[in-house]
Amino acid sequence: MSADHAHSFAAADALEETAAPAGGGAPAARARSDEVLLSVENVSLGFGGVKALTDVSFDIRKGEIRAIIGPNGAGKTSMLNCINGFYHPTEGRITFKGQTRPKMRPHEAAAGGIARTFQNVALFKGMSTLDNIMTGRSLKMRTNVFWQLVRFGPATREEVEHRRKVEDIIDFLQIQHIRKTPVGKLPYGLQKRVELGRALAMEPELLLLDEPMAGMNLEEKEDMSRFILDVNQEFGTTIALIEHDMGVVMDLSDRVVVLEYGRKIADGTPDEVKANQAVIDAYLGVPH
Amino acid sequence: MIYREAGQYKTSYEADRAVFPLRQDRIGIALIIVAAYAAGVFGSDFLLQAVLIPFLIFSLAAIGLNILVGYAGLLSLGTGAFMGVGAYACYKLMTAFPEVNVVVWILMSGFFSAAVGVFFGLPSLRIKGFYLAVATLAAQFFLQWSFNRIPWLYNYNISGAIEAPLSTLFGVPITGATATSEARYFVVLTLVIGLTWLASNLVHGRIGRQWMAIRDMDIAAELIGIRPLTAKLMAFACSSYFVGVAGAMMVFLWYGGAEYNVFNIDQSFFILFMIIIGGLGSLIGSFMGAALIFMLPIGLGIVLPAITEPFGLTVGAATIEHLRFMIVGALIIFFLIVEPHGLARLWQIGKQKLRVWPFPY
Amino acid sequence: MDLLSQIFVEPFALMVEMPDLLVQTLWEGFVSGVLYALIALGFVLIFKASGVFNFAQGIMVVFSALTLVGFYAMGVPAILALVLAIGVMFVLAWTVERVVLRPLVNQPDIILFMATFGLTYFLIGFGELVFGGEPKQMITDELFLPTGATEFDLGGGYVRIQHLDVAAAVIASIMIAVLGVFFSKTRIGRALRAVADSHKAALSVGISLNQIWVIVWFAAGVVALVTGIMWGARSDVSFALQIIALKALPVLILGGFTSIPGAIVGGLIIGLGEKIGEFYWGPVVGGGIETWFAYVIALIFLLFRPQGLFGEKIIERV
Repeated sequence: MSADHAHSFAAADALEETAAPAGGGAPAARARSDEVLLSVENVSLGFGGVKALTDVSFDIRKGEIRAIIGPNGAGKTSMLNCINGFYHPTEGRITFKGQTRPKMRPHEAAAGGIARTFQNVALFKGMSTLDNIMTGRSLKMRTNVFWQLVRFGPATREEVEHRRKVEDIIDFLQIQHIRKTPVGKLPYGLQKRVELGRALAMEPELLLLDEPMAGMNLEEKEDMSRFILDVNQEFGTTIALIEHDMGVVMDLSDRVVVLEYGRKIADGTPDEVKANQAVIDAYLGVPH
Repeated sequence: MIYREAGQYKTSYEADRAVFPLRQDRIGIALIIVAAYAAGVFGSDFLLQAVLIPFLIFSLAAIGLNILVGYAGLLSLGTGAFMGVGAYACYKLMTAFPEVNVVVWILMSGFFSAAVGVFFGLPSLRIKGFYLAVATLAAQFFLQWSFNRIPWLYNYNISGAIEAPLSTLFGVPITGATATSEARYFVVLTLVIGLTWLASNLVHGRIGRQWMAIRDMDIAAELIGIRPLTAKLMAFACSSYFVGVAGAMMVFLWYGGAEYNVFNIDQSFFILFMIIIGGLGSLIGSFMGAALIFMLPIGLGIVLPAITEPFGLTVGAATIEHLRFMIVGALIIFFLIVEPHGLARLWQIGKQKLRVWPFPY
Repeated sequence: MDLLSQIFVEPFALMVEMPDLLVQTLWEGFVSGVLYALIALGFVLIFKASGVFNFAQGIMVVFSALTLVGFYAMGVPAILALVLAIGVMFVLAWTVERVVLRPLVNQPDIILFMATFGLTYFLIGFGELVFGGEPKQMITDELFLPTGATEFDLGGGYVRIQHLDVAAAVIASIMIAVLGVFFSKTRIGRALRAVADSHKAALSVGISLNQIWVIVWFAAGVVALVTGIMWGARSDVSFALQIIALKALPVLILGGFTSIPGAIVGGLIIGLGEKIGEFYWGPVVGGGIETWFAYVIALIFLLFRPQGLFGEKIIERV
């Protein structure tokens, strides 16, 4: 699968030489390259008088795990919202796979290969785990209304084929036992896992994770970290994640971008960022 | 002991995605269908004409509305008018092309209400909840006015009403004055079973999942690639199709004729109440709700006099109607508070209990 | 050509030729606009304080008027009947809070909205059971409401103004002013607005939700009673009024759900619009457009300005 992606990217024109490849504690086996998958250039976002983002630039390379960190209200979630078309930047541009689409709608971003999880779990509460993840396959399902109505032939074949893919994801995330449970009844940690599953079902090229470990205990965090690393390594999926737990961020990510009050204050490997004076100030709260 | 799933293993995903995975459920449904056809042979005229035919027609309308409200989460108060579109479309088609079989026209008429439904569904992209409800009221009042004030729709009849002309299926009259309730019942039953099967396929497949995704969390649905406008308009189209066919069946296979005010806002409300009480987002609930709401006055008419007459009190038809309104209103509030998933959920709980009986877990 | 002339020329020619008819139509539209605004006001009150879109406001208008007339018919003096009717509205508010609102607190808006459908049908059934379904006369004279009419000449014809309509406009204005002061100046009014913003936050600063809800539903009940008296005096008191009362919904779409000035302006636009539309353009399409005119205006508004005339733009968050 990752070979497929690499092939399609050979054609992409967004090759760009940037700083040295990521170091830190990242395993050497990771599928990583210098190819830029997504670049954010001078993005600003305002609501009326309030500025959520000011002149932010960074890039996400194919195959890496990129963390976005910063204190509360730094504009991290707004950044993700811009990337998948939920908000449109008032200034600047976002280029994904060499294409810039200023008025992209969220479903178009999804079709382009961007998946997303949410800070406060946004599952379809009335549906089972299985149906939630199946819904993630929507974009890949093609049979028309007629076959859907009669439920014979192509519709059944398609449904079974996608069910197989979904079962793979269910096995991967070890949630077989809650396959038929309505997600509203699941504990929080499992809901987060189902949400990851739904995003994976889209087979995205870029996966945005908004605080995937918020509100989890240590054990759950370890599980989730393992899943994130596995997704990155086994499927070659590029990941951008927002997280507050510094330990997790430093262990998982290849590179980190730090936002404060809507501005970028640092960008680099975890070790570089840890040593950065502006970042230390932001987290320890030096008066401005 | 009867209701056990032990020993029924599913060996393929095909089997697992069946609508009725349990053998007992499949047998139950088969028995109900056989009994329904048997009722057509052995049932009295009153049972067919006053109970079963309207029950089936209202169930179909409730299924249609449930697609919109229960599955896609879009509230509509224009059901009565959309039934009217089906009825008037069918009337026009039937009188313009009398040589084509009426069953064909009844099924075709749904496409007209689907188109009208899509038109009035357009605002749903930008608004939801009670805003959308007000938008559908526009459909309700405008369409009802059209049925009254556009004489072309009722072929310039002096009475202003539409009437079912005589037509036959396999040589047996099924609409018009000479059609027996037996013949009409078989047509209604067959159509409702067929359409329910289609609706069931729809809501259990990709499209149904998309509707529920939009209903549960529209933003997340869009972020995984569901186009909100397409999904919502699809819901309006499918919903209005079933509702429109139900409207056509109501006039041609039950009433035999109708005026514009049959399709008034009370009709819209009662069908909405059927799905609230029966269960939002449940096909079987649509049948249960229709049964409860439609048969309530019949039941009251039988039960109340039996209770009060020994005391010398007579209960008029008006009183029963008033009591019906009160009971329905109270039931709505009761179900919303106690069991928002309606009778269908109670039914499920009952089945679950039966499954594990005699142990509580 | 003929149709175009009927739409674009003749109505305006008629307006100029017969100014008396125009003024008469405008006045009629104004009065019904005021009454729509009053019903809408009841919706706004409840929506502001409990976030509930109370579909039953229309039936509360009919129900309260019926109660008043019903007490009078039983031989209770008019003023006492008025007091008793107000009492009934209080009992209704209290019951609704106990039976409907309290168990449904923190449920999605749409569930509460549907619960008010249930309330509507319950009240229709209950009202008809107690008072009977036939239309009744409002006790206009007994409540000291003026009845006669004044006519004055205008452009060759005359305009006829019912004293009752003048009284309706005046009383409505007073009610709106009182409610405006109540909301912005009194302690309880401010508490109401706090509750509307956030139920949880209001609870945490020690505002009793249950009390507030009873008060606000009672206030809406009194507004409904006044509306019912006015409307009942102009026509009969019957359950048919309920359909008319539904027109407050498009009024709210125009005015926004939380704005009292919006309710007034929206009411006047709808009232004037539908009377003018019906009188001058109705005949082109066969008349009776009053039944849907308001809703179609609302529909157009929803397509282009969903937040209404006075509402704020909604920003969605994830």
